[in-house]
Amino acid sequence: MSETNVSKDNRVPEMFVKKEISFVRRLQKKLLNRTNINGTIAILGFFVVWHLLVILQIPFMKHIPTPVTVLKTFVNLITQKIYWVSLWFSTKRVFYGFVAAQVLGIPLGLAMGWSRKFKYLSFPVFEVLRPIPPLAWVPVSILFWPTNELSIAFITFIGAFFTIVLNVLRGVSSIDKELYRSALSLGAKPQHIFRKIILPASIPSIATGMMVGIGITWNVVIAAEMIAGDKGIGRLTWEGYLAGDTPTIIVGMISIGFAGWLSSGIVKIIADKMMPWRKLF
Amino acid sequence: MRNNGDEEVIKKATITKSDNNDMTRKGALSVRNVTKIYDPEGVHVVALENCSLDIKAGEFVAVVGPSGCGKTTLLNIIAGFDSLTHGEIYLDNELLAAPGVKPKPGPDRVVVFQHGALFPWKTVLDNVIYGPVIQKKMSRSEAIEIARDKLSRLGLKEIENVYPGQLSSGMQRRVEIVRALINNPLVLLLDEPFRGMDSVTKSASHEALLELYDIFHKTIYFITHDLEEAIFLSDTVVVMTTRPGKIRMTIEVDLPRPRDYRMLSTPKFLELKEMAKDAVHEEALKAFQRGERELA
Repeated sequence: MSETNVSKDNRVPEMFVKKEISFVRRLQKKLLNRTNINGTIAILGFFVVWHLLVILQIPFMKHIPTPVTVLKTFVNLITQKIYWVSLWFSTKRVFYGFVAAQVLGIPLGLAMGWSRKFKYLSFPVFEVLRPIPPLAWVPVSILFWPTNELSIAFITFIGAFFTIVLNVLRGVSSIDKELYRSALSLGAKPQHIFRKIILPASIPSIATGMMVGIGITWNVVIAAEMIAGDKGIGRLTWEGYLAGDTPTIIVGMISIGFAGWLSSGIVKIIADKMMPWRKLF
Repeated sequence: MRNNGDEEVIKKATITKSDNNDMTRKGALSVRNVTKIYDPEGVHVVALENCSLDIKAGEFVAVVGPSGCGKTTLLNIIAGFDSLTHGEIYLDNELLAAPGVKPKPGPDRVVVFQHGALFPWKTVLDNVIYGPVIQKKMSRSEAIEIARDKLSRLGLKEIENVYPGQLSSGMQRRVEIVRALINNPLVLLLDEPFRGMDSVTKSASHEALLELYDIFHKTIYFITHDLEEAIFLSDTVVVMTTRPGKIRMTIEVDLPRPRDYRMLSTPKFLELKEMAKDAVHEEALKAFQRGERELA
């Protein structure tokens, strides 16, 4: 064995020696990886191109402020309570709608996938309701729910609900027949099948449904707030439009994008924790 | 090959709660005049016709025949996944399948599937202990102890905490066979477990299976398309006819055990292979011609 392969004590090959890495070094490694560096370059590039398009007075950009103006507005807005209250209300509505959609949608999807009879009974109604856009539910929702908050949370729920149900249903339907047979062959009873096979085998589809669902809930909550809300980041953006305050509109848009990205990140962490045997993507 | 350590494990397996079979049961299978007719929406397909086959306890039987000849249909009936139309199947003289008898899968006849059916959400160890734990035959810790022993016997101990998706197909299939064996089944039903493997993985898998067979000596119903594999592994090669599936011939493989790859070039092996090849080739030709007729 050559000397370079051997650790200091001259006995254990280096590949088996666990290296002590400092916290700073670990953080450096985690943050300064290729994905993060490329991502940062892409985002910076986006702002540079935007800035150039505005100062070069490209026709379709004539009403758009430069990133610098937007940044100033942003700094100004984050010092105001209204910004954080708006963000808090939107996040709360997304959370309620999203959680309600999972709590009701996952069992419904599982039941539809598990029982053919239940699927035949419920699927036609589901399929008629599914194409109705969430925003078409706004008037009914306002009439039906006693408070504005509940109306918006309900519309957000509608946005994520159909996606999760459909994903879970597809997940259950595509479980390999051999997994059922294998379980039965190993001594599982039919009553074990749901909990021991269908449920864990559907987790990847549930995770995909959650990931798609969280994106939709942000889409929907913003639109719903613009139509029916008195608070929220959607309302803030819309008020920026009504006041002709373009930088506020753009700050609102960026805030929505950032909040959506953050929520998707959290959902991805949860999804990956739910299925340690594979990554969501 | 048996050694003292192996005997110890066998003893352990027989005296622990894992043994769900009484001592009179050994795994002799008797397939008597079995016919299976599929009739979905009036399309009358005779998959098996008057099929009879006796498999002795502890015998390794390889079933070969053209695609669609009913090998897997018979396996599914034995496993309790499917019913039969006529005839009976007995396991140790107890009626297992007959018309009107509800098919019932169970851990006395464990199946290893062609594409593998390890649970992707469970680690290797949790897959292996699945059977005894779900049957409440063992506590989790008892099952883990036995599973670890069996896995280390096959050089798989290092991967006990790995998920199946991270393993090669050869390793997956070995784990699946261990998962079946921990139930101490009477019969092991293997549906082309090594299909699609490269030759190196395949030969390593053959050796692993032969080693396990020599240790545990279970009755094995092994489906394959590979004649060399069939003869190398089994005590009896059963050649089935093209659909409707019948037993065309059975070939006794009187090669000594333990077996190794040097046997593949012995005159005896080649003679057996020729015998089987002629029969299978003829059936394959018939199946091919019939396929053309069906397409025409």
